[in-house]
Amino acid sequence: MATYQNIFTQVQVRGPFHKGPPLEPGGPWVRKGRPRFITLLGRFGDAQIGPFYLGFLGLASIICGFTAFEIIGLNMWASVGWNPIQFVRQLPWLALEPPSPSCGLHVPCPLNEGGWWQMAGFFLTLSLGLWWLRTYRRARALRMGTHVAWAFASAIWLYIVLGFIRPLLVGSWSEAVPFGIFPHLDWVAAFSLRYGNLFYNPFHALSIAFLYGSVLLFAMHAGTILAVSRYGGERELEQITDRGTAVERAALFWRWTMGFNATMESIHRWAWWFAVLCPLVGGIGILLTGTVVDNWYLWAVKHGYAPGYPPIDPPAIDPATLPGAGQ
Amino acid sequence: MSMLSFEKKYRVRGGTLLGGDLFDFWVGPFFVGFFGVTTILFAVLGTLLILYGASLGPTWNPWRISIAPPDLSYGLALAPLAEGGLWQIITICALGAFVSWALREVEIARKLGMGLHVPFAFSFAILAYTTLQVFRPLLLGAWGHGFPYGIFSHLDWVSNTGYQYLHFHYNPAHMIAVSLFFTTTFALALHGSLILSAANPMEGTPVLTPEHENAYFRDFIGYSIGTLGIHRLGLFLALSAVFFAAVCIIISGPLWTRGWPEYWTWWLDLPIWR
Repeated sequence: MATYQNIFTQVQVRGPFHKGPPLEPGGPWVRKGRPRFITLLGRFGDAQIGPFYLGFLGLASIICGFTAFEIIGLNMWASVGWNPIQFVRQLPWLALEPPSPSCGLHVPCPLNEGGWWQMAGFFLTLSLGLWWLRTYRRARALRMGTHVAWAFASAIWLYIVLGFIRPLLVGSWSEAVPFGIFPHLDWVAAFSLRYGNLFYNPFHALSIAFLYGSVLLFAMHAGTILAVSRYGGERELEQITDRGTAVERAALFWRWTMGFNATMESIHRWAWWFAVLCPLVGGIGILLTGTVVDNWYLWAVKHGYAPGYPPIDPPAIDPATLPGAGQ
Repeated sequence: MSMLSFEKKYRVRGGTLLGGDLFDFWVGPFFVGFFGVTTILFAVLGTLLILYGASLGPTWNPWRISIAPPDLSYGLALAPLAEGGLWQIITICALGAFVSWALREVEIARKLGMGLHVPFAFSFAILAYTTLQVFRPLLLGAWGHGFPYGIFSHLDWVSNTGYQYLHFHYNPAHMIAVSLFFTTTFALALHGSLILSAANPMEGTPVLTPEHENAYFRDFIGYSIGTLGIHRLGLFLALSAVFFAAVCIIISGPLWTRGWPEYWTWWLDLPIWR
């Protein structure tokens, strides 16, 4: 039975390399790099690696991303007196912090008081924007839909809300997230505490539901496809237009289990919306925090959805009722 | 009837684990089976007990209803119904319903000649639930360490349990789990997008093929994992996320009792730079 679970590819077939359909319109940039087969990759997925299309947008995005990465890293290194050992030792704790509240919404702040943070944020945003254009242009060059680009836009929305739009609305760059491993976690905890527990933010709740929902959907979908891979179920595009026994069994599995089934195309629409809505509604939740709602717990009490609990401790005794108290 | 056009030929006898032909039939679109019957029994009993528990409580507001586990003073003993006993029976019902559901999925997969990936995946979710409500309370010595059944009260439990360890984001298994949850969602977005963009290409272009999917990802990042590989990757990421979620809570208390930020002092104190 274990042989049918299809966890690894046991026999790898080697044809010629796939060069891919021609790109249109043709320009000065072409696909680069001789493809190679890597047997270990082929055990799990496709064995072929490369070729790669760099292009102007890709190159510019990588340069901007590298610039941001260097600004962040060098600032962290400077913060330990350029000591390389301490840099590695303290790396998870090191931060490039946003400007202090005294700098308000100024651009630029003095370099060592948030100016470097602004510059890193600028280059990182530029890098993401260029990379977004790349997702769009690569799809169009193959005459494909632009679904990847719009899904990526949803993640960029959350990033821009956290680092730009919300600080703008509350009037201070200091409200933005620092760069750093532990420091950004500290920011998350402090943000939740400052605004009265983000768990009471309905948009945060929705975002978490879409996050867990996405993981659930991927487990259900990937599990189903692997379970019908003996019938060719992984050939999803063919099954969308020409339904075979794989998709029939996959559909009936869920129909018999929960009374409802998606189709081979619609399951990918479910997937796309769940994944896209996670950062989309999350960004709305962040945007409302501190701008429209100052304390989510008190807001939940006001709107009647914060739970009440029975008192644990006996009520305090009024000293005036004790023997010996003045009359 | 509630049958799809191609469904009749798939509705065959057999494949059941228990009960033989006894419950081997369909109700509407649902397959029943022995484990369908036990699922219904556990789920109905559990739901009724939640409603009974709600009737004992102060509110019918669905956001505020909460069925709490027993007080810590009960330890691992049975508690009176109104003081956590309901929570205990509801937990048993939930486990019964979840396990029945998984076994019913096995029966349906066998009927359809499919692999067992879906029930295997579901068993990870059951493991995480059991870790929270059974294994960790057992290790800590009191059912009171389980979370309450309520929409916002279980979120309070998450908050309170997190702050017991000062800052739960510093829990290394929690870090891995959260990263995997994000990565799974990211990968799902890419997979869903890629299929939709090949099935819904530019106007005037016929539906594209996996050759285009591969070409897009090779142009984009230099590698395409392929139609089979993406589903292996997705399942692996999703199950790892749930597995590390279970790890991050089972080590909090039974293995580590202090604040999680303090845990990382081992790194600062490594002999190579002390």
